[in-house]
Amino acid sequence: MSILDSKIPEGHISKKWTDYKDHLRLVAPNNRPKIDIIVVGTGLAGASAAASLGEMGYNVKAFCFQDSPRRAHSIAAQGGINAAKNYQNDGDSVYRLFYDTIKGGDYRAREANVHRLAEVSGNIIDQCVAQGVPFAREYGGLLDNRSFGGTQVQRTFYAAGQTGQQLLLGAYSAISRQIGLGNVQMYNRHEMLDLVKVDGKARGIIARNLITGEIERHSAHAVILCTGGYGNVYFLSTNAMGSNVTAAWKAHKRGAYFANPCYVQIHPTCIPVHGTNQSKLTLMSESLRNSGRIWVPKKKEDAEAIRAGKLKPTQIAEEDRDYYLERRYPAFGNLVPRDVASRAAKERCDAGFGIEANDTMEGVYLDFSSEIRAKGKQAALVAGDHNPSEEKIMALGKAWVEEKYGNLFQMYEKITDENPYETPMKIYPAVHYTMGGVWVDYNLQSTIPGCFVAGEANFSDHGANRLGASALMQGLADGYFVLPYTVSDYLAGDIRTGKISTDSPEFEEAENNVRDLISKFLNNNGSKSVDHFHKRLGHIMWNKVGMGRNAQGLTEAISEIAALREEFYKEVYVPGDANELNPELEKALRVADFMELGQLMARDALQRNESCGGHFREEYQDAEGETLRDDENFNFVGAWEYKGMDINQSELHKEVLNYEYIKIAARNYK
Amino acid sequence: MASKTININLKIWRQKNANSKGSMETYKLDNVSTDSSFLEMLDQLNEQLVNERKEPIAFDHDCREGICGMCSLYINGEAHGPDRAVTTCQLHMRKFKDGETIYVEPWRAKAFPVIKDLVVDRSAFDRIQQAGGFVSVNTSGRTMDANAIPIGKAEADKAFEAATCIGCGACVASCKNASAMLFVSAKVSQLALLPQGQVEAQQRVLNMVKQMDEEGFGNCTNTGACAVECPKEISLENIARMNREYLKAMVAAE
Repeated sequence: MSILDSKIPEGHISKKWTDYKDHLRLVAPNNRPKIDIIVVGTGLAGASAAASLGEMGYNVKAFCFQDSPRRAHSIAAQGGINAAKNYQNDGDSVYRLFYDTIKGGDYRAREANVHRLAEVSGNIIDQCVAQGVPFAREYGGLLDNRSFGGTQVQRTFYAAGQTGQQLLLGAYSAISRQIGLGNVQMYNRHEMLDLVKVDGKARGIIARNLITGEIERHSAHAVILCTGGYGNVYFLSTNAMGSNVTAAWKAHKRGAYFANPCYVQIHPTCIPVHGTNQSKLTLMSESLRNSGRIWVPKKKEDAEAIRAGKLKPTQIAEEDRDYYLERRYPAFGNLVPRDVASRAAKERCDAGFGIEANDTMEGVYLDFSSEIRAKGKQAALVAGDHNPSEEKIMALGKAWVEEKYGNLFQMYEKITDENPYETPMKIYPAVHYTMGGVWVDYNLQSTIPGCFVAGEANFSDHGANRLGASALMQGLADGYFVLPYTVSDYLAGDIRTGKISTDSPEFEEAENNVRDLISKFLNNNGSKSVDHFHKRLGHIMWNKVGMGRNAQGLTEAISEIAALREEFYKEVYVPGDANELNPELEKALRVADFMELGQLMARDALQRNESCGGHFREEYQDAEGETLRDDENFNFVGAWEYKGMDINQSELHKEVLNYEYIKIAARNYK
Repeated sequence: MASKTININLKIWRQKNANSKGSMETYKLDNVSTDSSFLEMLDQLNEQLVNERKEPIAFDHDCREGICGMCSLYINGEAHGPDRAVTTCQLHMRKFKDGETIYVEPWRAKAFPVIKDLVVDRSAFDRIQQAGGFVSVNTSGRTMDANAIPIGKAEADKAFEAATCIGCGACVASCKNASAMLFVSAKVSQLALLPQGQVEAQQRVLNMVKQMDEEGFGNCTNTGACAVECPKEISLENIARMNREYLKAMVAAE
């Protein structure tokens, strides 16, 4: 076990980034066109990085597996993006955003990175507005804000329930401009299948053209992975169907440490599972908790009657409702962080108060009736009606809700066939985001020199739990305001290197590995589909490496996954050819990596004998069911080194977290 | 949610690749939950095909929540199927009857060549954006403060509505001329309505329209089919606005 060097600069936390930036090496404009950079993934982190580096004059090659860079899964983010602008004059500041993020992450994130994130957050909003991102505005023409979980200020900027879409289209417009100018070469429908190292440095990738099946070699002086999270290891998640860990995992297998894989965010407000043929879960934005109140019946018999279809939620009297978040956490109420809200929902459902009539009885209500009434009354007053009728109040209230959350309500109705303006939404936690990822230092560089990792794909900013509206912030901060500096510093050593040849034994070896694996799958002649195995893996992960974990379950999961993985290679059937569009083959290659990752996640969860953020070990909780951290023994980032096919041989390295500016304390939202 | 199952027949376009001739093939699928989305139904059919050792049907999809714009499909003669204001991934099987025969085809347009089965190439849309669908502002930590220019709520909301276009191509597929006017006008409108987009407004509309024509999209004859089938309900007003912007730019250019 070694100690990892995170390369945090000296100096006071509020000056570190500025001073550090001032002393980083630069690459002069005339040298930049001689340098090639590969960016994999075109979500917020990837598109913003590729656009910014292209503008600077580097030769950028960008890759995405979708048919257009505009489709990356950042597009689906709903609620908003945080920034410490303090436009609302409610006490926000860079320090507060820094503090909230560290606390929200249950004191398991690196102080210096998080402070930098808070520092550049304001620039992100400026940049996006300049690009023409149409954020929500007040009548006076200034930007509007709302609240998100784990904060007591209004710092979230938004565009209805489509903030991710609007920000990604902003970044997409920036990268499109650079493609048009020839500074960025775009490879749509390409999937990275290996990282190529030459003399210990990341020097290229092997990619498969998903249309022709061609295996291509691409070289560069640096490789930036912005390939998102690994929530699809659970099969069912709110991630897009194509979201996968392959690029990050291939880098891991080539020597990049993988940090905190067990930190997974289970989002409290998703539409409950409907059946066994379901392929995907849908999120209902956390922003809804600004206006919705979460409850289950106080009486078990009411919950049973609801599940049996004999009672409707609207028939349960106010005094018979248990607004359990408001009851348990009066200071933050319905806006506690996601991990806290999810566990509280699970606790109520496990105790028999769930309201959904599915196999697992898992579901709670998210109710907008109080808000509809309050906003309706307010709107009537504004319109000069001091004695409005009940119908008018409800109509005005519904109109207010529609303007704030219209697309989410429509989405809910399409999926469930129920009208959330009239009856409360049914929701339940689902896998949503992964805080773990490739270990990176302060420069966002992995343990492989020249391989940088940004956005959800790295582990760096959210500790053991991410706060709402902070993923968009991190993606754009990394891509627009961090990588252009730190990547240039690295590349300053490469101005005399010249073009990297793809005609080397290293590229040859990587390409052959990819070809061998593809041919193995296509000639396997098994009898079961890829999805069959993926679902079984997801089942193990959700039951034993999900919202509640314990040593016994994790130990079982480790051996069950290893056995499943063996069966997968023996029994999987992959139809079609290598030289054509072959979605089953794409899935097989991704699931192969999920199998390895799943086992590592269980190992990581097993070694971490404490509860923190999204990692809840049932053995470590207090009398009220809150997480019990063990700061003495587990105040570290767990970074795993790949040691070959047997994941049980992977070796744990530690980066000890030093809290110099925030006093580490028990997280309290009461 | 009330779970019910139905049995359906499917007629689906199969085409090996861009160069081969395609045809409609018939499939039967039983026990489809009415709570399933249309794409979950196709997942179920593909699982059945794989278990029969037949080649599954290729179709584009990703987010499965109506926002990425990757899914397409012409279902029973309508882009994204019979429901309104939804993408195919948000269309649910409760919209179909037990025993119904459902026809599934790819987008049909000269500018969207078929790649395989139901998958088409929409990269023409990307090239139109690359021609001008942006504000030419570089990354900088020194742009002006986000609140420096107030923008009226009505204008901001209109720009936002135009900006909700997901670039799926349903407008082109629904149009008898395979025109891309609704798509292009949504981007032109978003930026024309905002002060940040004003500086380059004239050049933008000229460049984007020129690229649109070069890609082989047809002309707009105001039938309005595009707006009816648009999953995001992008308004025809945007086309009118783009025409005005285009005229202004042409006059200014002369």
